[in-house]
Amino acid sequence: MSEALLEIKDLSIRYTTDKVISRAVNSINLKIDKGEVLGLVGETGAGKTTTALSILGLLPRYTSETEGEIRFKGHKLVGASEKQLRNIRGSQISMIFQDPMTSLNPVFKVGRQIGDVLKFHNKTMSQIEVGQKVDEILQMVGIPPSRKEEYPHQFSGGMKQRVMIAIAIACRPDLLIADEPTTALDVTIQAQVIKMMRSLQKELQSSIILITHDLGIVANLCDKVAIMYAGEIVESGTLEDIFAQDRGHHPYTLGLFGSLPNIKEKRSRLTPIRGLTPHPSELPEGCHFHPRCPQCMEICKTGRTPDRTVQNGHEIRCHLFSAGGRQP
Amino acid sequence: MNETVMLECVNLKKYFDTPRGSLHAVDDVSFRILEGKTLGVVGESGCGKSTLGRTILRLLPSTDGKIIFNGRDITNLPARELSALRKQMQIIFQDPFSSLDPKMTVYQIIEEPLRIHKTHPSKVERMKQVEKLMEIVGLDSRYMNTYPHELDGGRRQRIGVARALALNPKFIVCDEPVSALDVSIQAQILNLMMDLKEEFGLTYIFITHDLSVVKHISDDILVLYLGQMVELCSSERLFENPLHPYTKALLSAIPVPDLSSKGKEADVMQGEVTSPIEPPPGCRFAARCPEATDRCFQESPPFFEVEPGHFCSCFHFCHA
Repeated sequence: MSEALLEIKDLSIRYTTDKVISRAVNSINLKIDKGEVLGLVGETGAGKTTTALSILGLLPRYTSETEGEIRFKGHKLVGASEKQLRNIRGSQISMIFQDPMTSLNPVFKVGRQIGDVLKFHNKTMSQIEVGQKVDEILQMVGIPPSRKEEYPHQFSGGMKQRVMIAIAIACRPDLLIADEPTTALDVTIQAQVIKMMRSLQKELQSSIILITHDLGIVANLCDKVAIMYAGEIVESGTLEDIFAQDRGHHPYTLGLFGSLPNIKEKRSRLTPIRGLTPHPSELPEGCHFHPRCPQCMEICKTGRTPDRTVQNGHEIRCHLFSAGGRQP
Repeated sequence: MNETVMLECVNLKKYFDTPRGSLHAVDDVSFRILEGKTLGVVGESGCGKSTLGRTILRLLPSTDGKIIFNGRDITNLPARELSALRKQMQIIFQDPFSSLDPKMTVYQIIEEPLRIHKTHPSKVERMKQVEKLMEIVGLDSRYMNTYPHELDGGRRQRIGVARALALNPKFIVCDEPVSALDVSIQAQILNLMMDLKEEFGLTYIFITHDLSVVKHISDDILVLYLGQMVELCSSERLFENPLHPYTKALLSAIPVPDLSSKGKEADVMQGEVTSPIEPPPGCRFAARCPEATDRCFQESPPFFEVEPGHFCSCFHFCHA
């Protein structure tokens, strides 16, 4: 296999505020190849968005501390200068933010907001070329180009999210980070946006990191999946590795699936995970999931849980899968 | 079999006056809920589901139609009698962050309805009752003197549930009670609500946009589109045999979390919800409907029984 497009090695991120240290991301490893769609799944506070922001160097400089390595096409991103990062942001890596209602600038026309990205990264482009390009991009995301003279408030939620996507793909990035792109949308509009993202991905051959808590969207769009809990990746592998019921899984993954009401069969009760997600400033000792884990053992309560490769590429961070542990 | 009708709406309408004309939020909705059952109300944003819930509770005045609660017409009940009624009908709100007063402690929030309705005159009794309620909803009593901002979403929603249960109601409108919560917490709250229903014999209207949740919890499901009833039938039947093109589109748009949905293209419905202000005649869904005919743009389809217990408003099933 050639070099990965993006590789994250042993990345840890801490926030320090008023003497409280929050360990938001704890030594995670991730790899994404060209043209791949990776689903980053987890609940509120799992560290998904922090991971995404760290790739773009968008974390607040004074309150956060980043350790480890992020390599994009061989270039180091952790510790890169602001100038280097600005050249990458928006052109080679871009981000679709969760909330289209607040992420667009309300006082500029949408056409200008898309054009700005193009102009910043292509200084020689003439105004006419920019205009043509904007029309082309709007068409790609399914907005009639005539609407570029309108302001964000004139668009509906789904249409605003399309504008966000248009801005993100304007420079044909190699990597697109989509942070909960459809959470704020209705199901039928969500289906439209997912369909469009799939066809854009095919057309542009971009890699996508899709951050979501919706396992249904992951099953629909992703090739690979990483499940995050309390700042760690507890399980990762291909879509089949994670979703196949006959393979071994991390207890948290099983808990997530057990919590979902199933549309296909009716169960009388759900099997939720007991307890609550710990705050990143008070992570428990040992495996961070052990206080909630139905299969917790003595060994889980102290020390660091190693990553175990269960099968080629399928990794689970759990003692159940280490040597000496019982296989479920 | 106990067949008491807990709530009945007859041609209920709620219009809002706006500068651009009359907004038809709830338009001609009729249904009944039997005691001890759960009616799920589904639809996209702006279809009038929350307005329906609030109109039924008389938190909003209705424009036309009748609300019959427990055999009694409450549509125009005067304020004094309404307050007595509030003991029997309660609401759980969507957002556990903004529906709790940030300046009140957990104890004060749950105690407030007891104090207002004077059900427990002495302070000691109220204290006991609050403790009991907190135990019922699974909140540790050590949180009694904390403020809502100190708690997470799941615990806050439990406070909302405890407050709704405080007066021993028979009927609760649940307005998207789990949509602001994470999946693992959502499952805890859904289980809690189902247990409470069993234990206290509650009747629910469960408003949500999440079809998997509504299937899980409801006996019957009502699908709304732009304030109008689209389809009404039992939960199983709706998922087995959806009739209305809108219901079909809605069902096919749900991403299913298993391997069968990998790379699957949903039948994506074109367009977006149109404006509910001064809607044109004809079927409100016609503009987005893949099966629309000329007739659909001119006349409103009636809401009629296609098969026993299965109602739908679409000309394709009306052979009269």
